[in-house]
Amino acid sequence: MATEITAPPYRVIPIIPAIKPGAMEGLKPFVANDKIQEALGFPGGLVEDWKDRAIAKMGDLLKKYRSLKVYLDACVHCGACSDKCHYFIGTQDPKNMPVARQDLMRSVYRRYFTLPGKLFPKLVGARELTKEVLDEWYSYYHQCSECRRCSVFCPYGIDTAEITMAAREILDSVGYGQKYSNEIIGKVNTIGNNLGLPGPALEDTLAGLEEDVKEDTGIDVRFPLDVKGAEVLLITPSADFFAEPHIDSLIGYAKVFHAAGISWTLSSMSSEAGNFGLFIGNYEQMRKIALRIRQAALELGVKRIVVGECGHAWRVAYSFWNTLTGIGDGAEDRFALQLQKQLDQRYRQPAHICELTWDLIEKQAITLDPEANDNLIVTFHDSCNVARGSRMGEMAGGQFEIPRSIIRAAANHFVDMSDATTREKTFCCGGGGGLLTDDLMDLRVKGALPRMEALKEVADRDGVNFMATICAICKTQFSKVLPYYGFNMRMVGGVHQLVSNAIRLGDKE
Amino acid sequence: MPQIEVNGKTYETDEEGYLVNLADWNMDVANYIAKTENLNMTEQHWEVIDFLRKYYDEFQIAPAVRVLTKAIGKKLGPEKGNSQYLYELFPYGPGKQACKVAGLPKPTGCI
Repeated sequence: MATEITAPPYRVIPIIPAIKPGAMEGLKPFVANDKIQEALGFPGGLVEDWKDRAIAKMGDLLKKYRSLKVYLDACVHCGACSDKCHYFIGTQDPKNMPVARQDLMRSVYRRYFTLPGKLFPKLVGARELTKEVLDEWYSYYHQCSECRRCSVFCPYGIDTAEITMAAREILDSVGYGQKYSNEIIGKVNTIGNNLGLPGPALEDTLAGLEEDVKEDTGIDVRFPLDVKGAEVLLITPSADFFAEPHIDSLIGYAKVFHAAGISWTLSSMSSEAGNFGLFIGNYEQMRKIALRIRQAALELGVKRIVVGECGHAWRVAYSFWNTLTGIGDGAEDRFALQLQKQLDQRYRQPAHICELTWDLIEKQAITLDPEANDNLIVTFHDSCNVARGSRMGEMAGGQFEIPRSIIRAAANHFVDMSDATTREKTFCCGGGGGLLTDDLMDLRVKGALPRMEALKEVADRDGVNFMATICAICKTQFSKVLPYYGFNMRMVGGVHQLVSNAIRLGDKE
Repeated sequence: MPQIEVNGKTYETDEEGYLVNLADWNMDVANYIAKTENLNMTEQHWEVIDFLRKYYDEFQIAPAVRVLTKAIGKKLGPEKGNSQYLYELFPYGPGKQACKVAGLPKPTGCI
């Protein structure tokens, strides 16, 4: 890359940074070309009547999602959210204050959908939708990772992510889509995963993993693919097949299934947990992606559906799969009802891999030797979509406690980061929401600042040398940005990577 | 579409400089792309490029990092069969940077 990217300095006292107006102005991820756009049913390029269409689309969304209208009406500009965004903290651009970013759309909403805005636009901060405004949307709505940290602090509970999603949906509808996210969705629709990894390549990769684990442990741990009649269908991010450190967690899941004697399978047709339909705010694409999972579950006749370490996948699975697909109660079409009957209702449907593993640990169905991780002092990064968009287990806050409990069972040394940066107040890794792309590297490095500050604190004080997380995006983002902050890229890894190191195999034979 | 010019011939690339047409690739183009990436191509680099192209030809995708490290380890000895060795050759990441020089499409997804 031509331009030098550097990390912002750690703040001496982590207070609201001084603003730098226009610091990130014009930053723009690559625009999707006609081929990518049209494959998803969006116009190939910016349409001539984009203004009318954008306003009409906004009107549609306001009718379809009452929440959007409430969020656009309710804000009183109290400022509680302004310094809660990692991108604002890292970039100091005032338009990255959540309230200001929302106002880029709110001002247009006022102009076309409220009476005072129609009559006296200047008096109420309403403005015309011009090409400059549209470009500003494209830029700043791709500087929000939809992590919803600001919403935690909003006294009205405004879900800022939903406004970003609406903006991206409007942009797509006028032919102004983002290359990274839309190209990926196209690959899921045609090949079955974000990577574009075809069945034979997946089969070859899994066979290689079986060899590796055999070499390491002497035990035949299987990585089954397309096995009809398996008990569990594992849906995991395709990065788990491809990237490091992700693949070590995949090995961890396989060892857990092996040690517990649970039959399981992956699907070559539905080999992706991620659902970028959420990121672009498009219900149809989100449903289409989710339905591949239902199809695989029906074809393979599985009894349980388990989701691997992927943040937004778990949000979609936990919060939306029920009505989207019938995995969980809600959808009423025939296929959903058929799946309902097929799945074993004594288990959570869907279940997170952490729920499954923790349940087995508690029942003593698997044994971990935490000494195996004695070289590590571990901390845990809560991934935003798990922390603020879902839950695990039976109790409130299970999504925070269960992964930590697994870590404590798998390692002897665990330290939490500052509680202003964990659990529901966790900071985004800086690469979520469809921003994990090389063309946004400057933003990604800057957006990681608050998490890196919290990590630095425990690294200096407690000697933390490993940050575990349960999201493919977090793992990739941290591998990339840690070196900018003076850390080793290998310092990040999955919770099931720790499990993989510690699990006792072969007891059940 | 952006283009690059090598030895008087033009080649189409995407916004990030990845070749659009697989068949356009040759050693000169690879050397040109390597230069834009500040890579000093050695025999070790070409070994990786060669494996990537063969794997792509068979599977229509670049190999997983682990598949690549294993193949390199088998060929060049276990001390080179790790991702650290690959990162030394391709500092921006063996997946993306090596694919670019090999004329393969950029891997997408959460990687």
